[in-house]
Amino acid sequence: MLEGILLGLSTALSIQNLLMVTGGCLVGTFIGMLPGLGPMSIIAIMIPVAITVADPAAALILLAGVYYGAVFGGSTSSILINAPGVPSTVASSFDGYPLTRQGKAGKALTVAAIASFAGGTVGAILLMAFAPALVSVALLFHSAEYFALMVVGLSAIAAFAGKGQVAKATMMTLFGLILATVGESALFNAPRFTMGLMDLQSGLSFITLAMALFALPEAIYLVLDPKRSQTGGGKSGEIKELYITKAEARQIAPVIGRQSIQGFLIGVLPGAGATIASFLGYAVERNIAKGADQEAFGKGSLKGLAAPESANNAASTGSFVPLLTLGIPGSGSTAVLLGALIALNVQPGPRLMMDNPEVFWSVIISMYIGNVILLILNLPLIPYIAKVLALPRNYLVPFILFFTMMGSYIGQNNATELLILVGMGVFATILRFANFPLAPLLIGFILGQMMEDNFSRAANIADGASFLWERPMTLGMLIIALALIVLPTVRSRSGQPHKPKPPEGPTP
Amino acid sequence: MSALRTGRRALLTAAVASVALAAPALAQDGPQIDHIHFLIGGGAGGGWDGTARGTGEALTAAGLVETATFENMSGGGGGKAIGYMIENANSLHDTMLVSSTPIVIRSLTGFFPHNFRDLTLIAGTIGDYAAIITNADSPYQTFGDLIAAFEADPSSVAVGGGSVPGGMDHLVAAMAFEAAGADPIALKYIPYDAGGAMNAALLSGEIAAGSTGFSEVVALASAGEIRVLGITATARVSALPDAPTFEEQGFDVDFVNWRGFFAAPGLPEDKVAAYRGVLAAMYDTAEWEAVRARNGWVNIHNSGDDFLAFLENQEQVIGDLMHKLGFL
Repeated sequence: MLEGILLGLSTALSIQNLLMVTGGCLVGTFIGMLPGLGPMSIIAIMIPVAITVADPAAALILLAGVYYGAVFGGSTSSILINAPGVPSTVASSFDGYPLTRQGKAGKALTVAAIASFAGGTVGAILLMAFAPALVSVALLFHSAEYFALMVVGLSAIAAFAGKGQVAKATMMTLFGLILATVGESALFNAPRFTMGLMDLQSGLSFITLAMALFALPEAIYLVLDPKRSQTGGGKSGEIKELYITKAEARQIAPVIGRQSIQGFLIGVLPGAGATIASFLGYAVERNIAKGADQEAFGKGSLKGLAAPESANNAASTGSFVPLLTLGIPGSGSTAVLLGALIALNVQPGPRLMMDNPEVFWSVIISMYIGNVILLILNLPLIPYIAKVLALPRNYLVPFILFFTMMGSYIGQNNATELLILVGMGVFATILRFANFPLAPLLIGFILGQMMEDNFSRAANIADGASFLWERPMTLGMLIIALALIVLPTVRSRSGQPHKPKPPEGPTP
Repeated sequence: MSALRTGRRALLTAAVASVALAAPALAQDGPQIDHIHFLIGGGAGGGWDGTARGTGEALTAAGLVETATFENMSGGGGGKAIGYMIENANSLHDTMLVSSTPIVIRSLTGFFPHNFRDLTLIAGTIGDYAAIITNADSPYQTFGDLIAAFEADPSSVAVGGGSVPGGMDHLVAAMAFEAAGADPIALKYIPYDAGGAMNAALLSGEIAAGSTGFSEVVALASAGEIRVLGITATARVSALPDAPTFEEQGFDVDFVNWRGFFAAPGLPEDKVAAYRGVLAAMYDTAEWEAVRARNGWVNIHNSGDDFLAFLENQEQVIGDLMHKLGFL
């Protein structure tokens, strides 16, 4: 293995490949900031470029750089303008955007950068050390367990079910689950609730809904509520708190540590990925936190931002385990990468390490280098990125609106998306004025489809719902989910702080 | 910088190609096209995706087309992309849609308000056989073993696939089961989002067998992760000589999933001719042969009216089959 690492180092550290990874990171970060272009689309855009680089190792290093850059850049729009461009950065906006509104955008971006760096780096180390061993973990999960895992992820809504909000949060979650049923389901092979519209046949698109629920109401709020807009997009003094203090670093360090490992393990599962990892990370960390710390989640907690950021980056790295060792893509992005590998005549799978050791190891080493380069590139850029918010309101609002519309349009190149965006946006704004939390709606929507598909598969295989109690791992995770949802509610009712539970990720 | 390099390289290959093709180019005004945008009605990594990207790669590498771009537009099992082609026909003159057998199946079931007649038919380019696979560790050595297990307890044999129930993977599995004398209606078919997700489920032991495209199993079978129980070709395929056909096991299953290209309705005749021209010229290039061999595809070239006749025949055959199997 040491020999392999050295081989990878010598490949990845050549001038050409360092340029590749830097270029890839830069392209990925900047395009990734645009909502609507997630890592998957950016990689797909870059594949023709990569293929002209004849050396497979270099091409893969370039694409890996693009991938990390995109994952990393994606959180920026979540934090700054509450516009999560991909599902895996939704959880980052829960606390990232409140931080921005408190004038701590710089600090939030710094925390995100550090948490991403740590998540990616820990992920790369775990990948290097355990990739072959983790294959069996990846294959432990059946549809039944995936279903249960989604239910655990759904418990992230508890963070929005604060005092007097339980009913509202539950309602919004159910509404999100309902919206997820629009379109075709895996089970029935027929379009549902599409009102005969072809545009709805594949369901509502994530990006449109995210923009309509999060970014659009925020922009409208800036106009309708001038008092808040002063704190939202005001003076240049807003971004003075750039760096985190020692105390804050101590506070988030254990969160980052736990979530890097948990996120990686979830990322290894071919059917879960970065989105589930970020929601689970958020839910688990909120539950571990005590008292005032826990209260702060959803209102601008550094922990609440660090958890999903380290988890989604670690998970992105984790999704390389099934790709590199089995040749099975664990996510949309790695599926695109698989296509690129095959186009480069590299066949991922158990033989990759033997047939093309330089590819295997240089990819892993370049992950590490990519993370370092991302951190070096991004930390100095943060003050400039955060300055976007210092724009006067009459420029900032159109800017957000443009971003929002573009995001929902470029994903599908479909103008109907814009109509849905505006309709849902108006609806969401009304809900916001009525003080309904919108995050549970989006969480329900994101997880709903995966929950239904996995449930129907598991029920089909088991000839009924018996898998819910007959499969120990499924049952265990469902009990954890129940505890994660019920305990905080009971605790806040009784007003007595409960002894914190140990972190209970999906025990592999 | 890399973009610059691409440009230069493309220019260079184009120059070389135009020299090489100078004679025929003069005769027929050249099959050169500046740009083709491939629209893919499914996710990245799937069969359509591989076909479009492979074709684009061969066309550009061989210098027949200067640049190719790709766009994935999943939804409605490909129906969204078809709708998009029809709705925006006038602005999509440089776009080719990749499609395959499902366009026929889904029009038959009525899920598509459109069918292939609503698009401009360019050409069918390749075929891909279907395969029934199982985990390399599974007790089923032959397709007969799987059928025996199914006959003993139909509910214990779940067969997965990357398409919706009633879709192509399901259809192929049902065909194979019927050919073996088993009841295809009792078959427990488990749908996954894509072939990749189905393979993961197969390796995890969630399903007993999987129904998928042959080209999608070549890599995993060569790596020894899965075992091929049968392929729907009439003779063994050189990309995976160890994979037995259904026919040699005594089951009469013969199926080819064609893949081909369509353009927006009302595309000007000269454009149609140019597209058909580059695709026809592609078969003679070494670049195409490399892509084809790597993916285990079979060249089945049906251009223009032949393509229409081929599609009408397939519509008939598949329609009969689906009636017989109770899917319609």
